[in-house]
Amino acid sequence: MADFTGESPLASRAGLLAGTSVPGALDIGEIPFLTQIALRVEPEGAAAARVGDALGSPLPGPGASAVAGDLLVLWMGPDEWLVVGEQGRAPDVEEALHKALDGDHGAVVDVSGQRTVVEIAGPRSEEFLNKGCSLDLHPSSFGPGRCAQTLLARTEVTLIRRHGSTPVFWVLVRSSFARHLADWSADAAAEYGGRAALA
Amino acid sequence: MMLIPCPWCGLRDEIEFHYGGQAGVAYPQDPQAVSDQDWAEFLFFRDNPRGEFAERWLHAAGCRRWFGLRRDTVTNRVLDRDDTRTVAQ
Repeated sequence: MADFTGESPLASRAGLLAGTSVPGALDIGEIPFLTQIALRVEPEGAAAARVGDALGSPLPGPGASAVAGDLLVLWMGPDEWLVVGEQGRAPDVEEALHKALDGDHGAVVDVSGQRTVVEIAGPRSEEFLNKGCSLDLHPSSFGPGRCAQTLLARTEVTLIRRHGSTPVFWVLVRSSFARHLADWSADAAAEYGGRAALA
Repeated sequence: MMLIPCPWCGLRDEIEFHYGGQAGVAYPQDPQAVSDQDWAEFLFFRDNPRGEFAERWLHAAGCRRWFGLRRDTVTNRVLDRDDTRTVAQ
């Protein structure tokens, strides 16, 4: 496997995000370099069932995500999923999915460089996200495990609510939009007491 | 602001969508055979009713699928939607 030598899309904003976070209210930070594999397969077919077996969890339906061992599977479209895992998992996940497809019509593509993940946690996170996102993020309509592709600060993102006792969201944002989102976050979190200020 | 019902993602803001225009405009069976007039009408002429209109939408910032719905062009009320969940596009 190739060594990672570059810097993450939000490396230049790490200090900004740390300063934006407010202890006890809002915690924002990048989770860089996660493995992301795009999977396309006919959802009702035998190949989808084999992929589910290989992952250890059936492929999630619309608006949902599934935890499969140490992987997270996100619904991205009717015949499209994103498999997210730790850094460095790409080769073996890709191989396992290819094996499960077994030549059937489908696609497995490593898109780890396409997006980076921003984790937003804390009791203020719903309120904070709703400044730039029109989805109803109350747990009764967007509970743990829910996954949605939507707009946050006019940027296309994939939004996931993780399981946990306090609100934790993952925002998957395209690498080239990540700095915009970080700058917007600093501005949006200012009222909660975030120290960071845009230069 | 309209809320548009995507068959896959549910009600979402209008800004997440692209408008696809009138639904049910069929591509000519044999484009070489149609007259210039008919070709121009296929390309450029669309109904513009006051009231009920069947149209296509693309959930561009979401699941990226096309779907159809009928909307009242006066009130912007969505009258009904084509819930066909088309996988292939």
